[in-house]
Amino acid sequence: MSGHESTYTPNSGFEKWLDSRLPIVRLAHDSFVDFPTPKNLNYWYTFGGILAVCLAIQIITGIVLAMHYTATVDEAFASVERIMRDVPFGWLLRYVHAVGASMFFLAVYVHMFRGLYYGSYKAPREVLWLLGCVIFLLMMATAFLGYMLPWGQMSLHGANVIIGLFGAIPLVGEGIQTWLMGGPSIGNQTLQRFFSLHYLLPFMIAGVVILHIWALHVPGNNNPTGVEVKDVEKDTVPFHPYYTVKDGFAIVLFLIIFAGFVFYAPNVLGHADNYIEANPLVTPAHIVPEWYLLPFYAILRAITFDIGPIQAKLLGVIFMFGSIAVLFALPWLDTSKVKSMRYRPVAKQFFLGFVAAALLLGWCGASNPDDPIIPLGEDKLQVSYTTEAGVDGVAVFEAYDDAAAFRSEKLAEGSTASIAIKKASAFRFIHLAQILTAYYFAYFLIILPYLGLRETPKDEPDAIHKAVLGSAHGAAAVPAE
Amino acid sequence: MIFASQPDIQLFRQCCLRKKNVSDSQTASPEAVDEERRDFIHIAAVTATVVGAGAVAYPLVSQMNPAGDTKAASSLEVDTSKIPLGGEIRVLIGGKPFFLRHRTSEEIAAAAGVPLDRLPDPQTDADRLVPLPDGALNPAMLITSGTCTHLGCVPVGPSQGNTGDYGGWYCPCHGSHYDTSGRIRKGPAPKNLAIPNYEYVTPGVVKISL
Repeated sequence: MSGHESTYTPNSGFEKWLDSRLPIVRLAHDSFVDFPTPKNLNYWYTFGGILAVCLAIQIITGIVLAMHYTATVDEAFASVERIMRDVPFGWLLRYVHAVGASMFFLAVYVHMFRGLYYGSYKAPREVLWLLGCVIFLLMMATAFLGYMLPWGQMSLHGANVIIGLFGAIPLVGEGIQTWLMGGPSIGNQTLQRFFSLHYLLPFMIAGVVILHIWALHVPGNNNPTGVEVKDVEKDTVPFHPYYTVKDGFAIVLFLIIFAGFVFYAPNVLGHADNYIEANPLVTPAHIVPEWYLLPFYAILRAITFDIGPIQAKLLGVIFMFGSIAVLFALPWLDTSKVKSMRYRPVAKQFFLGFVAAALLLGWCGASNPDDPIIPLGEDKLQVSYTTEAGVDGVAVFEAYDDAAAFRSEKLAEGSTASIAIKKASAFRFIHLAQILTAYYFAYFLIILPYLGLRETPKDEPDAIHKAVLGSAHGAAAVPAE
Repeated sequence: MIFASQPDIQLFRQCCLRKKNVSDSQTASPEAVDEERRDFIHIAAVTATVVGAGAVAYPLVSQMNPAGDTKAASSLEVDTSKIPLGGEIRVLIGGKPFFLRHRTSEEIAAAAGVPLDRLPDPQTDADRLVPLPDGALNPAMLITSGTCTHLGCVPVGPSQGNTGDYGGWYCPCHGSHYDTSGRIRKGPAPKNLAIPNYEYVTPGVVKISL
């Protein structure tokens, strides 16, 4: 925390010599050893440390994979297969890298929901939150770029869909698209630039992470009560050993789950189509992004209507990017002075609804938007025919035999006729996605601004140590909740 | 001025700083002396830096545009004489798919016989053909883009054994049906399969450009 005096005392002659020239040991000591940390942080607060481990794993495995990978359209797919079969431990490194991407996003989503719940984005931590949003954006860009590299079917066609989004921008869209692809379509040049940028961005993330930790260490950690540290003696404990051990324990648990995926289900979070080499002449029937981007994909596809002069396609893109942009504005949208939702009984309900909406949006993103969730009636068979005179007609049947007989009858008359399924009306994924998208935006733009003004919060504790120890001194410790 | 000796600066001040009252410049802090000249230097330096940064940024941004060889590969001459009757070939030009289909007389008749008011994107079959060098149309050869106008999937056709309800192409992604002229007839696609820029070099060879 700022204003916290350094307690580092160089012991050896070398430490003294170094400290007066580059006080790096002092910086580390003050940041990670004697850093005063609220004594009531729970396990939701361990995900920052977990994320640092994730970034390190991705960078280390990534650098090693790059030693064996070839970024050309003719060799990329084969070089990945070579990593899997021939390179010593290549299968392990690649599975750790691929599963690691999913674990990274899993951890970042928990970390972000934690911040949302305990109001960690509020003054004086707005810059900390903004830097986190920048890291999240960079992570999504890095993941998207990296998914292209195996040059599988989903790599190519998924990238095609995402780059196609830029085509929806009026006037300059097509120019931007060509500029991004470096040609009329995704080709060798696109793969090479994606590889270059995929290698660059993690180091940019690492840079912003340093700023993120810096911005954390100026006001110090938020905590589950949302009450600021008032008395460093009573409210805090040193980061080491209290939180190095707590974080370390959480990291071990997290790595067990991580290893479970790597060794028992390395492909369960991926898509089978990406084990087919990219072929621009064959489109996979169902193009979906990786699971961690599904909620945003669902928002993109939920917009099927025009608003005024803005076409649905562009509007979908605006909503998708808007769903991330709104996170940047959050510190100024939430009007409540109370940080932690422990003391905001109404906001807490809406928050849980928001978590549910985000998860269900992921489900919508993974599903075909036209598939029914709740069918309202039975699907029927519809025979459409055109007589020789050019008259159109339609007949609906329940059984296939009747429909087929009718079709043969019409064909015998010299008409053209075909059978198609007439879908019964239903509550479909597209409808659910539209409702959830509305809730997603309402949560940030209506509920949080309005609730902060209207809600009566519960009493916050006066100080962190009182919440931890209970109000009566010497009494048995009472959990805050 | 780095190389100017101290007397030079004194001389420069004496001859060039007449605008300001001498007693003023003696009492004011050194930064306040000759403010307009300092401003000018600041503006000039910042401008030069911005222009320089722009000059450096331009090639760094521009290098991502299509390269010379990529642009050069944006057209292709295709021999259409070997396409079997009722069959099609698919070519990639600059990574984009195109269909070249040798239509049977039934397919041509079906394409020509459809009244325009029954088409979501009305276009006659003749509008979708390009004349031979002698000016005549060659309805046996239909050349279209291979990109579905809905979301950019590649439709299947005679080579995949599925030509949809109208005998042309069928897009498996979201169920768009195209007829034997490549026109949208049913499904979510809004437009007909696009006709690329192409010309007949000879009656049996077409040159398709992006």
